Amino acid sequence: MRWGLTGAAVAFLGLMLILPLVVVFATAFSKGWSGFSAGLADSDSFAAVKLTLIAAVISVPLNIIFGLAAAWAIAKFEFRGKSLLITVIDLPFSVSPIIAGMLFVLLFGAQGWLGDWLAARNMRIIFAVPGIVLATVFVTVPFVARELIPLMQAQGREEEEAALSLGAGGWQAFFRVTIPNIKWALVYGVILCNARALGEFGAVSVVSGHIQGVTNTMPLQIEVLYNEYKFVPAFAMASLLVLMALLTLVLKHWIEWRSARSLAQIGSGPDRAIAPPR
Amino acid sequence: MSIEIQRVTKVFGGFKALDGINLTVPSGELVALLGPSGSGKTTLLRVIAGLESADEGAVLFDGEDATQRHVRERGVGFVFQHYALFKHMTVFENVAFGLRVRPRRLRPRKAEIADRVTRLLKLVQLEHLGNRRPAQLSGGQRQRVALARALAVEPKVLLLDEPFGALDARVRQELRTWLRRLHDEIHVTSVFVTHDQEEALEVADRVVVMNAGRIEQLGTPEDVFHRPANEFVMHFLGNVNVFHGRVEGGKAMFGDLYVEHPVAAGRPGAAGDEPKDAKVFIRPHEWDISAHRNGRPAMEAVVTHVNAAGPVVKLWLLSESGEPVHAELPLDHYRALELRSGQRVFLSPRQVKVFFD
Repeated sequence: MRWGLTGAAVAFLGLMLILPLVVVFATAFSKGWSGFSAGLADSDSFAAVKLTLIAAVISVPLNIIFGLAAAWAIAKFEFRGKSLLITVIDLPFSVSPIIAGMLFVLLFGAQGWLGDWLAARNMRIIFAVPGIVLATVFVTVPFVARELIPLMQAQGREEEEAALSLGAGGWQAFFRVTIPNIKWALVYGVILCNARALGEFGAVSVVSGHIQGVTNTMPLQIEVLYNEYKFVPAFAMASLLVLMALLTLVLKHWIEWRSARSLAQIGSGPDRAIAPPR
Repeated sequence: MSIEIQRVTKVFGGFKALDGINLTVPSGELVALLGPSGSGKTTLLRVIAGLESADEGAVLFDGEDATQRHVRERGVGFVFQHYALFKHMTVFENVAFGLRVRPRRLRPRKAEIADRVTRLLKLVQLEHLGNRRPAQLSGGQRQRVALARALAVEPKVLLLDEPFGALDARVRQELRTWLRRLHDEIHVTSVFVTHDQEEALEVADRVVVMNAGRIEQLGTPEDVFHRPANEFVMHFLGNVNVFHGRVEGGKAMFGDLYVEHPVAAGRPGAAGDEPKDAKVFIRPHEWDISAHRNGRPAMEAVVTHVNAAGPVVKLWLLSESGEPVHAELPLDHYRALELRSGQRVFLSPRQVKVFFD
């Protein structure tokens, strides 16, 4: 019975997860190393990798700042509209990425609300790099905030208050007390955010316009190559994304292990289990 | 440093946590804020600390207005109920924190910081645990670290929020005695919040009894216990029997009992005046218990339950009129009387407290 179940699970995982991975790499290397590298050496492919990295490099720090600020406000203060803010943060999770993309087209596109204004100033957002970045930022908004909010709510405000009463300034309390307490959750949120920024397809696809070498990110470039029956280059690029994803998973695993260890070290004694009194 | 609180009011979304509080804490005194939860005692402490701002009124330190001063400029040491130790720092680092975050020109040198932290850890008897993390300490040890951390910045006022609330009974008792000794040693003006009347009466120089955002009574432990200002204080400072009765002609009558209750002429219930409804309060230890009538006015009652574990024996009785009565008597009296459950006895109050309805 046990073997049967385990076997079924392994077979399913193998079929649904491992086999596709193997196929990606097998196809990418079907014409050998030279075929693989030739598939990536193309200047359009290079531009796609660069654009994807730019989008990630911009959206991840923005996400950290926004996530920290939002989580801080939600966890440590009482204000009107707090639950609305929490809901709004979740919006990118609940709407389809296509809709997110359309939203930006309606706002900034040539026929959009701000289209004339932008055109008059010779600024392009849709079918250009800013649009890609905007769409990526939009779909990644919840990641850091979602990781931090429950943790910071559970931790309460007392340690910061203690720091202030001991004479620390706001930034001192933030860097010496708050950040060390949320360090691992923050890193975890950043990793998830980064993974999504690299892999986003739907929203970016709508705003991109698929201009090869200019507005194609890696996922978009893969689609283009695939549709042109260029299987080896398509899968070569896909293998790069898969590698990044695997690396992210390893990092995530390592973080979880580290934070579990540091939690065990600094403990979850009774002072953590009890909510501060009000 | 003395603390003066003038007409402080604080409202949390329609709930009046503090309602025009006036209070003076003389320099060097140890004062307890005593009250049930929701009475505003913690809010008052946080307003003194600057962790909460008063909606109205002023907080003065040594006669100087500190209402607008930020918590970090007030020079108060604050000890939290759940310690609020920095989990990621060692005990030593926790205590050193207040010195390390000072601006460079005010920051003591490294050796001096180490020296001061070591002295403080010795004061709280934890000098051997400097390298531990808070999670590796017991609750009592954590609370002492929190105290050392607060004292490290040489506060002019020490504020403690339910300092022993999260500890078990034995450690509580130990730390209480220890806090009193520590205060006698360092004499820093201290205010602590508690809902435990025993703790307040045992540790504090003066007790502030609070209820519903107001101060009900302020006095020495002896004052508030023996001369409660009102019903609330009477109830809050220990078990008490309550009887509904009336005052008439200088006597308080309740059930089939009366006691002399002289009332000055002109006050309600004075001799020759109309009878006035009143509540009569008798503490359990204020009963004289006898097996037979002895001529004194007495209430007849039947013993329903006896708890003789301890130097004071607790009796639960039922009066003739069916009211439950609680009494306490010394163990040797109890033995001399040979009391048992079901026995009929006579209760005479030695002292009563009467409050008009």
